[in-house]
Amino acid sequence: MSELMLTLFNGASLGSILLLIALGLAITFGLMNVINMAHGELIMIGAYVTYVMQNLFISYLPSQYFDFYFILAIPVALLVAAGFGMIMEFSLIRFLYKRPLDSLLATWGVGLMLQQLARSIFGAPNVGVKSPSFLNGGLEVGTLLLPYSRLFILGLSITCLIGIYYYFYRTASGRRVRAVMQNRQMAECLGVSTRKVDLLTFAIGSGFAGVAGCAITLLGAIGPALGTSYIIDAFMVVVVGGVGALFGAVAGAFGIGFFNTAFEYLTNASIGKVLIFLLIIAFLQWRPSGLVTSRSRSLD
Amino acid sequence: MQMLKLQGLEAGYDESMVIRNIELQVKDRQVVCIMGRNGVGKTTLLKTIMGIISPRKGKVLFMEEDITKKRPSQRAQQGIGYVPQGREIFPKLSVYENLLIGLEAGKEKKVKEEVYAYFPILKEFRKRNGGDLSGGQQQQLAIARALVSNPSFLLLDEPTEGIQPNIVEQIQEVIKDVKHTLHTSMILVEQDLEFVKSVADYVYVIDHGSIVYENSVDQINDDEVYHYLSV
Ligand SMILES: Nc1ncnc2c1ncn2[C@@H]1O[C@H](COP(=O)(O)OP(=O)(O)OP(=O)(O)O)[C@@H](O)[C@H]1O
Ligand SMILES: [Mg+2]
Repeated sequence: MSELMLTLFNGASLGSILLLIALGLAITFGLMNVINMAHGELIMIGAYVTYVMQNLFISYLPSQYFDFYFILAIPVALLVAAGFGMIMEFSLIRFLYKRPLDSLLATWGVGLMLQQLARSIFGAPNVGVKSPSFLNGGLEVGTLLLPYSRLFILGLSITCLIGIYYYFYRTASGRRVRAVMQNRQMAECLGVSTRKVDLLTFAIGSGFAGVAGCAITLLGAIGPALGTSYIIDAFMVVVVGGVGALFGAVAGAFGIGFFNTAFEYLTNASIGKVLIFLLIIAFLQWRPSGLVTSRSRSLD
Repeated sequence: MQMLKLQGLEAGYDESMVIRNIELQVKDRQVVCIMGRNGVGKTTLLKTIMGIISPRKGKVLFMEEDITKKRPSQRAQQGIGYVPQGREIFPKLSVYENLLIGLEAGKEKKVKEEVYAYFPILKEFRKRNGGDLSGGQQQQLAIARALVSNPSFLLLDEPTEGIQPNIVEQIQEVIKDVKHTLHTSMILVEQDLEFVKSVADYVYVIDHGSIVYENSVDQINDDEVYHYLSV
């Protein structure tokens, strides 16, 4: 019984991590159809922002305030990654909206540059980020110990999801984004500046990659190539969930999370990974457009 | 005052030139109708005025300002409202949200009651998705969406095409009311000569992308117009 509970919790936990790293991509790739290969590097930027915040707190503030660095790191990571996203959109992506192959190659190049930038600033070896003390330990449920850090990531991913929902469905700016994605030309004719909407939407998607990077520091050491290990997972979640369906990403993330954990429990880590890939391939044969299908208009 | 003036306008798609050497003007408070057979370039002309297509040659002047290089959103902000052929409703936005997007072009913050008075069905259906409305209802929404921002100039592309007679009548009444009480100037693409004569001040007939006949409505020669409209 408790083993089943633990597997379920681990599945939900993995699902929430996957959701967090895929949310931003669900916006830039899912909604805007930009194949952004530098999405992983935006996650990496978020992680290093957290590292820098930690160091700033250690250097400049009394130690009793140390834990707040992490709380502050989340919005700062969001803003810094959004800023990088904005620069990318303005200087590169906007010229490539109708050319997916070019944008794939160009953003891959940007990713490599960002990795090199991280290497020059922070050095090639991994660095550690110390978790805030309130995330040490765990919640005891019967015989199980559910780590606070995992529960925090679960909570953070749900908070981000609610935030994104609120933005898209309850604010004027979010309404403009939906209008542009549904009928770009008509939105422009009604006075919506589609250029501004594109810039902002890409920045928001990038910003959530930064938040994911912040959360990932709770899972282990970080390095310049951190992003490469997450980019495939992120694309997998979006494709399984259904491109263009933001909330398909939720189903995709938790689906992959649960199956992955179950397979690993039944076999071992590497066979589990192979099985999940096979399952995804089979699934996409059956439903090529993903779990949740919606007609998404590309940026044409 | 001059509302709109087109000078030597030439536009088309990729290689093919659709409209040629268009000289046209709309004065303040004037309703100008454009007629012509299918495929002669009426929609292309309206898209060029709106800025969706950039002209190969010529100029678009709006209130004496050259707007040829401006984006559609800037033209909308300056007061040009557009009701496209095919309605172009945002399918997954509610009726009310469609109207809110219409407000983007103006200074208004709220949807005026007058607009609901023109089309009461839109108030009743305000929570429905735009895509779930019937064709006639979508057309009403498209007109309302253009009106909410108080445009000073309207482009209406066949607003009664493919719609059942009682709604056609309702839409025609709205267009007349917009002309007589709001004094909005407009370009109306329309095939029904009777209606054109009841609302227009001036008529242009297009054939093969060029203006082949023009006259003010009180001097219009029906036979000549029909000659260009017959297939
Ligand atoms: N997007 C496009 N790409 C290429 N050619 C086009 C495009 N849209 C229209 N055309 C062509 O341009 C010409 C004029 O089309 P347009 O839609 O302006 O005609 P119209 O007068 O509005 O016709 P209708 O009365 O049927 O609405 C037609 O020959 C049409 O095939
Ligand atoms: Mg047409």
